[in-house]
Amino acid sequence: MKQFDLREQHLSQPGRRQMLNGALGGVVGGALSGSVPALLRAGAAGAALTGASAALASTSAGASSADAAPSLDAAIRAFTGGAPVRAGKVRVQIAPLVDNGNTVPLSVTVDHPMRPDDHVAAIAVFSERNPQHEVASFGLSPRNPAARVSTRIRLATSQKLVGIARLSDGSHWSGEVEVIVTLAACIED
Amino acid sequence: MSAVFARCQAVLLALVALLGSIADPARAQGADSRRSGFDFMSAATQALQRDDAQNPVMLWVADGARRWRDASAGRACAECHNTAEQSMRGVAARYPAWDDRLGEPVNLQKRINLCRERHQSQPPLRSEDDAMLALESYLAMQSRGVPLTRPDDPKLAESLERGSRLYSTRIGQLALSCAHCHDQLAGGRLGGSPIPQGHPTAYPIYRLQWQSAGSLARRLRGCFAGVRAEQPAPMSRDMIELELFLAARAAGMLHEGPGVRP
Amino acid sequence: MAARTLIDMPRQVKRGEAFEIRVMIGHSMETGYRRGSDGERLPRDILTEFRCEFEGEAVFSARLYPAISANPYLSFGMMADRSGELVFSWRGDRGFAHTERVALVVV
Repeated sequence: MKQFDLREQHLSQPGRRQMLNGALGGVVGGALSGSVPALLRAGAAGAALTGASAALASTSAGASSADAAPSLDAAIRAFTGGAPVRAGKVRVQIAPLVDNGNTVPLSVTVDHPMRPDDHVAAIAVFSERNPQHEVASFGLSPRNPAARVSTRIRLATSQKLVGIARLSDGSHWSGEVEVIVTLAACIED
Repeated sequence: MSAVFARCQAVLLALVALLGSIADPARAQGADSRRSGFDFMSAATQALQRDDAQNPVMLWVADGARRWRDASAGRACAECHNTAEQSMRGVAARYPAWDDRLGEPVNLQKRINLCRERHQSQPPLRSEDDAMLALESYLAMQSRGVPLTRPDDPKLAESLERGSRLYSTRIGQLALSCAHCHDQLAGGRLGGSPIPQGHPTAYPIYRLQWQSAGSLARRLRGCFAGVRAEQPAPMSRDMIELELFLAARAAGMLHEGPGVRP
Repeated sequence: MAARTLIDMPRQVKRGEAFEIRVMIGHSMETGYRRGSDGERLPRDILTEFRCEFEGEAVFSARLYPAISANPYLSFGMMADRSGELVFSWRGDRGFAHTERVALVVV
């Protein structure tokens, strides 16, 4: 039997296209899709995060306009101001396989004390493959007994999520997790 | 369209071949093999339903509690029904029910509209209006933990029979009946999604796919659209008779209060 | 329509005791990426900011983007050394602004 490209079939009908766009539009999610752009493969991303040079310094999102579409790396740099980021301390907690990409519970915990003189000041979460990389950022204070925040997010497709923590001493730490997102099978229109 | 039809038929045949024969859960003798859609969800989504502070439908419930007491447009529900926690306990679990004046079965939404028309001089609400979902969710909360009532009223017998027939009738371009998926293939998967048994134990639901609360009628219309069939209107005779059959099929299962579904 | 909110937290806590605050607000969080049935993009309309202040001091804040699910839910911890008023405020597109106040008793 001829194999049909399911995406092609669906995108040819406007009503179906709307449904498949779901919350974030434009991306036909596929679980376990194979190709990952070079910039986003683990090695490249790791190098960019830990080996920042003066050329990468950027304190505003507008400064990274050299990219046609802002990269994950640029979005993270906008938060860190180009400061070096070390892997560790940050745990991004999310179910490995989600029912529906519209409402995915997410928690981020940073293993670091919350003392007035030494605490986590901010946490930011970034998405590898959503139409926009920023997911949320949070400002914390010593009134928070633990550096932990929970929310619910949208995921356009299977991808990596990155959490960045900024400590009161100005240092940055990171953690990441991979999530698989499946598409609803039945077309409701 | 025939290409999509052929593909879906192929998927289903593959599923059937893969799964072999599956006992019909609704008619199993001995142990009750009926399972709520809750059991088919991921742990994360179950946690959302279990926690009233996280379940988004609670926004509608809180709004419903406020509307229950709202007398700004005339007579409030509370004026006749007092405290819903007492007077409305178990009500959501015994609808659809027969309405003598109309001479037909009504679901809870239609009942709410009849109250508005007959006793409150207010216009009817549509099935997915936030105001309707708020009141219905608030009432569903009052039936949490109550077993769904078997519709024993003899006046409902014909409607029940028609609902049962619709449930087993092939419909739409895909020529599938509800029974094909929700009796024969329940427990299997359609694409990445588990196929539940289709019991109306948690309505109105907050459906993650809708990112909103919605009625049983909305969910059923989604199924009709999914097999490319014409959709019965919410609160129509056909729709209510199908809802009546589903309630009878789930009789004895516990109402969960307004729930969450993927 | 007034925004619907749910705020889940103890109203009375012990001095220095850690407790959880969980807030949810009704809002569609329209991303700006979806298209209507006419094919045109539905304009973005989201909540962009949440703040929690205690007696005028910042406790917790959040910057929200379209990736935050509809009916945004946030959960964070807090501890207090004295009784006072918590102020929760949300800001968003199209001038959206909503504030809730909760009295916290510390014993």
